[in-house]
Amino acid sequence: MSEETLTIALAVNGERVSRTVPVRQSLVDFLRADLGLTGTHVGCEHGVCGACSVRLDGAVVRGCLLLAVQADGCEVVTIEGLAEAGGIADLQEAFVARNALQCGYCTPGMLMTAAELLAEARPRTREEIRTFLSGNYCRCTGYHAIVDAVAATLEARLARGREGSP
Amino acid sequence: MSDETIRALLDRPNSYVGRTLSRAGARRAVAGRGRYTDDFAVPRLLHAAFLRSPHAHARIACIDTEAAARESGVALVMTGAELARMVAGPWVGTLTCFPGMKSAPQYPMAVDRACWAGEPVAMVVAASRAQAEDAVERIAVEWEELPAVVDKQAALDPATPPIHPALGDNIAFRRTIDTGGVDAAFAAADVVIEEVFEFGRHTAVSLEPRTLLADFDRATGKLTITTSSQCPHMIQRVFAATLGLPDHMVQLIAPDVGGSFGLKIHTYGDELATAAAAVRLGRPVKFVADRLESFVSDIHARENRVKGRIAVSGTGEILAFDIDVLSGAGAYSQYPRTSVLEATQVLNVTGGPYRHRRHRGRATVVYLNKPPSSQYRAVGHPIGNSVGEHLVDRAAHALGLDPVEMRRRNVFPDDAYPAVTASGVRINDMSHQRCLDTLVARMGYAELRSEQAALREKGVHRGIGIACFIKGTAPGPHGYYGTGGAPISLQDACTIKLEPNGGILCAVGVTEQGQGTDTVMAQIAATTLGVPMESVRVISGDTDAVPYGGGTFGSRAVAIGGEAVFQAARALRAEILDIAAVLLQAEPSALDIAGGTVVDRAGGARRLPLAEIGRIGHFQLGELPNSVQPVLSHTRRFRLLEDLYIFTNGVHGAHVEVDVETGFVRLLRHWVVEDCGRVINPQLADEQVRGGCVQGLGGALYEHCLYDAAGQLTNGTLADYLVPMAAEMPDIDVAHVQTPTSVSELGAKGVGESGTGAAPAVVMNAVNDALLPFGARVTTQPITPEVILTALGRI
Repeated sequence: MSEETLTIALAVNGERVSRTVPVRQSLVDFLRADLGLTGTHVGCEHGVCGACSVRLDGAVVRGCLLLAVQADGCEVVTIEGLAEAGGIADLQEAFVARNALQCGYCTPGMLMTAAELLAEARPRTREEIRTFLSGNYCRCTGYHAIVDAVAATLEARLARGREGSP
Repeated sequence: MSDETIRALLDRPNSYVGRTLSRAGARRAVAGRGRYTDDFAVPRLLHAAFLRSPHAHARIACIDTEAAARESGVALVMTGAELARMVAGPWVGTLTCFPGMKSAPQYPMAVDRACWAGEPVAMVVAASRAQAEDAVERIAVEWEELPAVVDKQAALDPATPPIHPALGDNIAFRRTIDTGGVDAAFAAADVVIEEVFEFGRHTAVSLEPRTLLADFDRATGKLTITTSSQCPHMIQRVFAATLGLPDHMVQLIAPDVGGSFGLKIHTYGDELATAAAAVRLGRPVKFVADRLESFVSDIHARENRVKGRIAVSGTGEILAFDIDVLSGAGAYSQYPRTSVLEATQVLNVTGGPYRHRRHRGRATVVYLNKPPSSQYRAVGHPIGNSVGEHLVDRAAHALGLDPVEMRRRNVFPDDAYPAVTASGVRINDMSHQRCLDTLVARMGYAELRSEQAALREKGVHRGIGIACFIKGTAPGPHGYYGTGGAPISLQDACTIKLEPNGGILCAVGVTEQGQGTDTVMAQIAATTLGVPMESVRVISGDTDAVPYGGGTFGSRAVAIGGEAVFQAARALRAEILDIAAVLLQAEPSALDIAGGTVVDRAGGARRLPLAEIGRIGHFQLGELPNSVQPVLSHTRRFRLLEDLYIFTNGVHGAHVEVDVETGFVRLLRHWVVEDCGRVINPQLADEQVRGGCVQGLGGALYEHCLYDAAGQLTNGTLADYLVPMAAEMPDIDVAHVQTPTSVSELGAKGVGESGTGAAPAVVMNAVNDALLPFGARVTTQPITPEVILTALGRI
């Protein structure tokens, strides 16, 4: 049986790409195998662990629950694009300073989700941060350090906002 | 070296030892630039997928692979029988240190009979993973189902057919320890508590599944394996022996490892089959376990039933423990580490903090038609601690003693060492009393008790738990693997070199899985040598590049590997000072190294940068007298000389709220005070403790591999098997008491597993403390809402 394929065109991290892909290929497999964007990880392939989180047209989605063909015409941002754009440099720095990661496998997905929370730019309790991150599984840290890093970044951003500086 | 000199090296004003420094690997991971095994792009790569047994126990009457072989993209289809013909073996997972132990021969894939649902039966290698999976579906197997042994008690019944008839029964191993005098102690006791405990089978669930990429060079006969592993040399040895290759022609590379926790210290048949396929095809072959097959093929752990008794005097003195452990292994004892260490450790550590002198333990390990069980983070300790600490609490309650006071009366005093526990393990350099004092202060224990009483009046049921522990870390060669004959190195080593520009390369046998081992090794090396951190690069996880070692397991990396780094760095430092002394016409003892420069010990005047030693030592050797032949590369090994382990100690506190209507447990806060000896990097040590705790809390409250009567795993997805997520977990307060171990000069003990070992005990004690007014108690883990409501008589 020959593999059924479709040609798709989309923007990934701001670059236009066009590829012919098997219709059954998941978005995360496409990003990793075809585009070499290995920062997005595969943890469960059934939408629970959050390791494959990417942005699709601005919203964080599970890369394992979407087919690559469903991203046709969309804008996709992966951890590589998010990191290189510089918008989460403070969050990344907080993760490193607080050691909010160990093996690092969940980290790209965790940063994706945390960036979404930070973008809302409103005060959050630790409990609210924990709830917001509850779709991302981390086996190493026990989450305490991750909550610390996100809380510290949020607090610093809100403080900067109050001072009116960028 | 005298203590004074060690302090002179490690406690200098600019010392990195004892300081929080961030990890270089962390910076890579947050940029999405981690490099895990599945991230490597390799030309002509093929992908493996496995047909796994759908039955817990069944004979393979016939297997037909012709249709699969004709599928598009397929390069190889191999059955278990075909693989068995190309490998040495079978594996037999016994060790001579466990007398009387027996296990059946096991091939990497089932040959004529599958013994658990999930056992690999045949493999397909194809151009893509999807094509390989398509072809797996075309393999036709005619199965003849056999009765499955699923329950531990049933496994003991003589009427139950043995899984492996040649073994005669389903018993893998029995062990008894007995000080004598136990029955008399119970007869004389004022209080005797007896209880039965159930611990559910669970598994490691690393977020990165097991992954292996093998490439065989037919021209040279060299096999290169990149894999997510904690123990490169062990895997090298086992794979070489099984595939009939010399050790030195097999290179193991462990790049970034996406979580391991003991899961990745083992040999797995599907991984061996992948390497065999690469040898057979002369092409690279990769296998990535998907989540569903991880649940049925990764090692499992913790399935134990324990009957425990404690005898206590009227003044609260613990007189004796008596425990009986029934441990459920899988279908085979896991090669080469075995499936019987868990029960052995339960006997070793139950009641380990206390100075009672009468102790009896019996352990029976039985085979079941389930995936093999074996070493997973804190082997046996969650069980032994939960049993011991529950019994201590119950005895305290019976005598009207506070749980803290009960422990104060019974722990080994801080000045009692060296000592031997009643279970027979040697302990030293411990601090139960200081840890308890610190914990009580940090918890605000008295205030929590007052609050608890006030809230009970309002129908809010909070519980406060206390649990002391001991934890075996850094196993020595006189322990199980060493004396048992396993191909696992219990020493570890460091080769440290001075490069021409003054940089330091530090190659270590222990491995990094994100806990920060590489950073800690660099801190030790930089401090010992007297160079800046940025001058040191640590190399780990490549058998071609590092000295022979055991890798990382059993909380050994810093305690064993760190001491090797310290010793190697000190040797290099001595040589550098000798060369500098010749060049400067000074006495070596009058010189020191600081900030990467040779300086005068008195006054600190800068004399010679290390780059100058490197330049002369490697290039301008003519500037040195003929009697001086620089090596500038030093290897040192370290191992325990006598002890089984370096035992550590500590105490956990937990504050929980139990909803007596729904049975839900809310974890309010968790405290740990522990003694891992000299702390090299406080933040990394704390995070090992926190992460370890949460893994223990998962086992205590949520995680359970549920099997039906036919031996089928009924919750083998991440949606059904519950792991701790951020919302359920508490903040965890961590403090250290530092009593350096006297077996090494560095003084570090292990820290990676103790959180997992004690957290289940303390949360069970806290839940039971909350349930006290109802006269209810739970002794089953995971403590699900169903378990609590059953204990309350509400369902």
